[in-house]
Amino acid sequence: MKTILHIIKKEFLQFKRDPKMFSITLFAPILQLIFFGYAATLDLNLVPTIIYDQDKTVTSRKLIEEFIGSGFFEIEHYADNYKETQKYIEEGKSLVAIVIPQNFEKRIYRRETASLQAIFNGSFGNSSNIAAGYVTKVVTKYSRQIVSNYLDISGRKFIPAGSIDAEIRVWYNPELKTRNFMVPAIVGLLISVITLLLTTLAIVKEKEVGTLEQLIVTPIKPIQLIIGKLVPFVILGFISVSIVIIAMNIIFGIAVRGNVFFLFFSAFLYILSTLGLGLFVSTISKTQQQAMMISVFAVLMPMNFLSGFAFPLENMPIPIQMLSYIIPLKYFINITRGVILKGTGLAVHWPDALALLTIGLVILFLSALRFKKRLE
Amino acid sequence: MNNIIEITSLRKNYGEIKAVNDVSLSVNKGEMFGLVGPDGAGKTTMIRILCGLIIQESGVVKILDKDRSQSRKEIQKNIGYLSQKFSLYGDLSVDENIEFFAEIHNVKDYFKRRDELLDFSRLKPFRNRIAEKLSGGMKQKLALVCCLIHEPKILFLDEPTTGVDPVSRRDFWKILSKLLKDGITIFMSTPYLDEAERCNRVALMNAGEIIALDTPQKIKEKMNKQIIEIVCSPVRIAYQAIKRNTMLEVQMFGDRINVVVENYKLELPSIKKALTENKVQITDERIISPSLENVFMHLIKDAE
Repeated sequence: MKTILHIIKKEFLQFKRDPKMFSITLFAPILQLIFFGYAATLDLNLVPTIIYDQDKTVTSRKLIEEFIGSGFFEIEHYADNYKETQKYIEEGKSLVAIVIPQNFEKRIYRRETASLQAIFNGSFGNSSNIAAGYVTKVVTKYSRQIVSNYLDISGRKFIPAGSIDAEIRVWYNPELKTRNFMVPAIVGLLISVITLLLTTLAIVKEKEVGTLEQLIVTPIKPIQLIIGKLVPFVILGFISVSIVIIAMNIIFGIAVRGNVFFLFFSAFLYILSTLGLGLFVSTISKTQQQAMMISVFAVLMPMNFLSGFAFPLENMPIPIQMLSYIIPLKYFINITRGVILKGTGLAVHWPDALALLTIGLVILFLSALRFKKRLE
Repeated sequence: MNNIIEITSLRKNYGEIKAVNDVSLSVNKGEMFGLVGPDGAGKTTMIRILCGLIIQESGVVKILDKDRSQSRKEIQKNIGYLSQKFSLYGDLSVDENIEFFAEIHNVKDYFKRRDELLDFSRLKPFRNRIAEKLSGGMKQKLALVCCLIHEPKILFLDEPTTGVDPVSRRDFWKILSKLLKDGITIFMSTPYLDEAERCNRVALMNAGEIIALDTPQKIKEKMNKQIIEIVCSPVRIAYQAIKRNTMLEVQMFGDRINVVVENYKLELPSIKKALTENKVQITDERIISPSLENVFMHLIKDAE
């Protein structure tokens, strides 16, 4: 026990001597939070639009007014020809071009279906999708107006029929902001980086310098060494999680709705996996560079993609979905999103917590075994 | 308990390479034992097995009368190991490094011993300096101090003076002789034969095998040959000329060659003839008694 404390003490002493590392662990979380919170947004508030009205009639103008009035579109320019329209899309000045063809009004008066062309810049796939939704919304509303107007004018009575109106309520994130979805997940991302990467580097550094050998020659037991090396990074992990949770509240006004202790408890369960993986990477790397590359490219990046951090798992092929079941980050992000946004707790998340505990213990046990074998 | 280390038929392979091939030897208590040999002879592997860093394929190692593979903890408590690259924590100070190694050895009252060690290694003025900022020689002394803090009975040194300046080397040897006086057994490997000559006993190691083991004096006597040393130029041509024209063993040393002969009176004329024919300039020639280096090269040649 005392031996472990000595190693922990030494680890913090070394940490203190490395001011760069110190500031990284303190400020990097906040920086990351700000980046993700402000930059990684999939929301589309105003669609830059160019309009090419070939019809130039009352009806077409009314339609344009509808677009403006909807609040989704910002009209950048009114074009006079196709070339101009194309230019705006190509240069990315507009995301959408609305082209109202000639005879638009005429066809409507003839009670024919008039068409409207909407051109999207598909290189922004996600935004285009959302914009297309906005366009449909505006057009549907307008055509409904035309129908009811027509009925009014022709003096026929509008015969009410049963219809369904979907009233949409979004819970937990009423404004449907990407930020609210991303920021809680950053807690998971951060803790992965700090515990996994720093642990690996700290161990491989000793290997590189040769002090690990020096330690093996002492009567120290491998398990003491493992615990002594891991505990400091658990503490650091908790510190940065606390920083993120506080910063999240101050900067974005996202408070933890659920139990903070449960959040930390789950973080602890999650750390079992990341420390185990860190330990594992340290057994297969000879240099710090190797350890860095392996941690980032072979562990952290795949783990992020398969965790549902940014891309919904439901859209992935089945085999990859299956693979995601062994990704501990997936369960932890479930918990952070749940606890922070919904205020859910152990009652809902016990399967996640159990999965974390199981995966964590297995990974940590196997890695510790491998590490121990390597030492001997 | 006279033999503090007892090795019996030790073997260790790295794939096809027999790093340690059937080595048996014993080290007496309180002696300085030298393991000498060219790079790749298996010296480091031997020391690493003795320190418990790697495990042998077969064979028994007994240290302090205890089986290496069974009483790990007890043995580790009583040994110190200085590796080739003096491993220290570069970001900790001299004092902190010593403190850490004392603590993980569970040495409680290390302050007095630390001061003593710092005194005689002359590191005291630098005790608050970060280890990284020490010179090479000081780093090596600090590493030595770190492995002495728990008062080990046996000290293993793996090429401790490789890459260290001559002044620090002399300092280092002074420390070692003091340790010997204190009764510590030292087991060291070295590529330098002048250092081997200072050992009580030397084992010559080549290709995983011990090819000679005795006091330096006796090893030299065993050779029972004469050495003609010829200072000449160009040395390489002289070396090849003798090799081609005579059956004699030639060794090349910088600006001179050494020829191993049974009787110099018989051989000298033919050697000189071979050299003059090849237009080699002879500056000096003399008969010397075999050095450990001569013996070693001779033995390695025989082994091949």
